[in-house]
Amino acid sequence: MQAYIIRRLLALLPTLILVSLIVFFCQRLIPGDVIDLMLSQNDLATDQDRAVIEAALGFDQPMYIQYFSWIGDVVQGDLGDSLWQNTPVTQQLAETMPITFELGLLALIVALTVAIPIGIYSAVRQDTAGDYIARSFSLLMLAIPGFWLGTLVMVFPSVWWRWSPELEYVPFFEDPLQNLSLMIVPAILLGLSMSAVTMRMTRTMMLEVMRQDYVRTARAKGLSEVAVILRHALRNGLIPVVTLIGLQVPLLIGGAVIMERIFVVPGMGLLLLEAISQRDYPVVSGVFVVVGFGVLLINLAVDLSYGWLDPKVRHQ
Amino acid sequence: MGKRLLEVEDLSVTFRTDRGIVRAVDSVSLHVDEGETLAIVGESGSGKSVTALSILGLIGDADSGRIERGRISFEGQDLIQQNDAVLRRIRGNRIAMIFQEPMSSLNPVLTIGKQVAEPIRLHQGASRAEAYEQAAELLKKVAIPDAAERLNDFPHQFSGGMRQRVMIAMALACRPKLIIADEPTTALDVTVQAQILSLLKELTREANSALILITHDLGVVARYADRVTVMYAGRIVETASARELYANPRHPYTQGLMESIPGLATEVGARLITIEGQPPDLANLPRGCAFSPRCKYSQDVCLQKPPTLETISQDHERACYGYE
Ligand SMILES: Nc1ncnc2c1ncn2[C@@H]1O[C@H](COP(=O)(O)OP(=O)(O)OP(=O)(O)O)[C@@H](O)[C@H]1O
Ligand SMILES: [Mg+2]
Repeated sequence: MQAYIIRRLLALLPTLILVSLIVFFCQRLIPGDVIDLMLSQNDLATDQDRAVIEAALGFDQPMYIQYFSWIGDVVQGDLGDSLWQNTPVTQQLAETMPITFELGLLALIVALTVAIPIGIYSAVRQDTAGDYIARSFSLLMLAIPGFWLGTLVMVFPSVWWRWSPELEYVPFFEDPLQNLSLMIVPAILLGLSMSAVTMRMTRTMMLEVMRQDYVRTARAKGLSEVAVILRHALRNGLIPVVTLIGLQVPLLIGGAVIMERIFVVPGMGLLLLEAISQRDYPVVSGVFVVVGFGVLLINLAVDLSYGWLDPKVRHQ
Repeated sequence: MGKRLLEVEDLSVTFRTDRGIVRAVDSVSLHVDEGETLAIVGESGSGKSVTALSILGLIGDADSGRIERGRISFEGQDLIQQNDAVLRRIRGNRIAMIFQEPMSSLNPVLTIGKQVAEPIRLHQGASRAEAYEQAAELLKKVAIPDAAERLNDFPHQFSGGMRQRVMIAMALACRPKLIIADEPTTALDVTVQAQILSLLKELTREANSALILITHDLGVVARYADRVTVMYAGRIVETASARELYANPRHPYTQGLMESIPGLATEVGARLITIEGQPPDLANLPRGCAFSPRCKYSQDVCLQKPPTLETISQDHERACYGYE
């Protein structure tokens, strides 16, 4: 098992290198560069000033040299310094990452607690009114963009009831309740949009599994319908659902960026948006490297969880 | 023979399908006495499994089926009238079922031990440890080598024959009065078929359980059954003691079945060779006798309405207008 995990981790390397290449070169394609921004903010405009700054930041080197010197540092755990704040990117990530992680985790919990019970219900009561309502709800959640819903939640309650979501961020360990009251609204919105696909998948898989011979065997033993569903059907039905959850993680992160922006949650998403608008290349690269690595690790974890869910895989 | 254990009277079961309402079981009446083996024989689609599932009350749970009418009395209670809680106490406990597909009838994500112990825990309220101990005993009884060590194995680690042994162990777990084995060997190699059937027969006799053995295979019937019921297109066409049926088949369909078996009653595993003509389409049955299009004795009366089951001698019934 250990050997297998190590092999899988090594197999991530090519993907990671590709990610770093794409990230490094693509962001330089964004029109307007950081030097122009810096010059305009400081009322400096001479070619001499430009040359000085360029040299200071290392931008006078050819691109590939810049890439190698950056990746060389990354390998050693150094993601460079922010061009504007002069703080290390790793420090900025250490501050923002737990916040985004919390948001993502909360959203995932919301998504699963909504999707799995409703998915099961919808399958067991196939073609009843409840099933139609559940399916319509999931279609609606698929169709409505999260940012639109987020904006509505920001705007309408404050117009109607003079209530607006909490926007003052407090770290979780300082005041959990205060922290959750800020996080819960974006987490629910994010979770609901993720629950749509998961719910449909749970429903489809449960319908499939409930037709299997071993479910009939379970009934023939005299088990109650609840035991048949939870003990015999659900675990078989969830195997593909777990893959789907793994695949949805990138979407979850994308959604988190938008929610952080709307609800002013100071996580990685907000950091990234700010960095992009300021052309703060090391920060942008740093965020993507960490996110890319995280997504790959989560997918690995999903693959490994098959062994736990599906004994056939475990014995291979 | 012992007391009457099961009595099915005038049972009809319908399914809603894309092609309309299909009556998969039509006016079926049969009975099983304590300790006896009844074989139900018929070609694919004749309603054998649906009859079996109806007895367990498993029609309509996961399909479009409905028991249209009839009475199923088991140990004196009418099962059709019972609510689900009562039926659940009977299933797996008083009546157990072994299914046709050993490959897919066991849950792939649960250990064998857990699956065999489950009915014991459920119906006898045994603790986990007790139930596992009994499960190991049962697996030993069905001749699974190293039974105790294999409790923690999963179904995919067993061969088809071994899985069917596990199914038998599971069915025997609560010493049921009736075991329904629905084509228990059809999916297995010919070489293991006889082993499994002998084991099943031996263990049911030992537990003094009655057995309903559903099969395609008349060879099997001769060896293992006390009485035989032949089904065609959802109806019973002939019922007799096994000896009587072989000596004196009185329905043209049964006769056809007999003739199509080479070396009758000697060759276990000989399969039905279909009789001339098409098997019936349940969604589009003739008005009269369903067998009439294939019957060489067919007369006008056969096309009017289906014949009913009538006693022609002691322990021998058939549904035919007669051709003598
Ligand atoms: N779930 C279902 N939905 C619709 N129709 C069904 C269903 N189950 C059975 N039927 C109908 O009932 C008929 C009889 O089915 P049944 O399974 O009892 O046949 P069988 O005699 O057991 O055949 P086999 O030897 O192939 O197992 C089928 O031909 C089909 O038309
Ligand atoms: Mg069948």
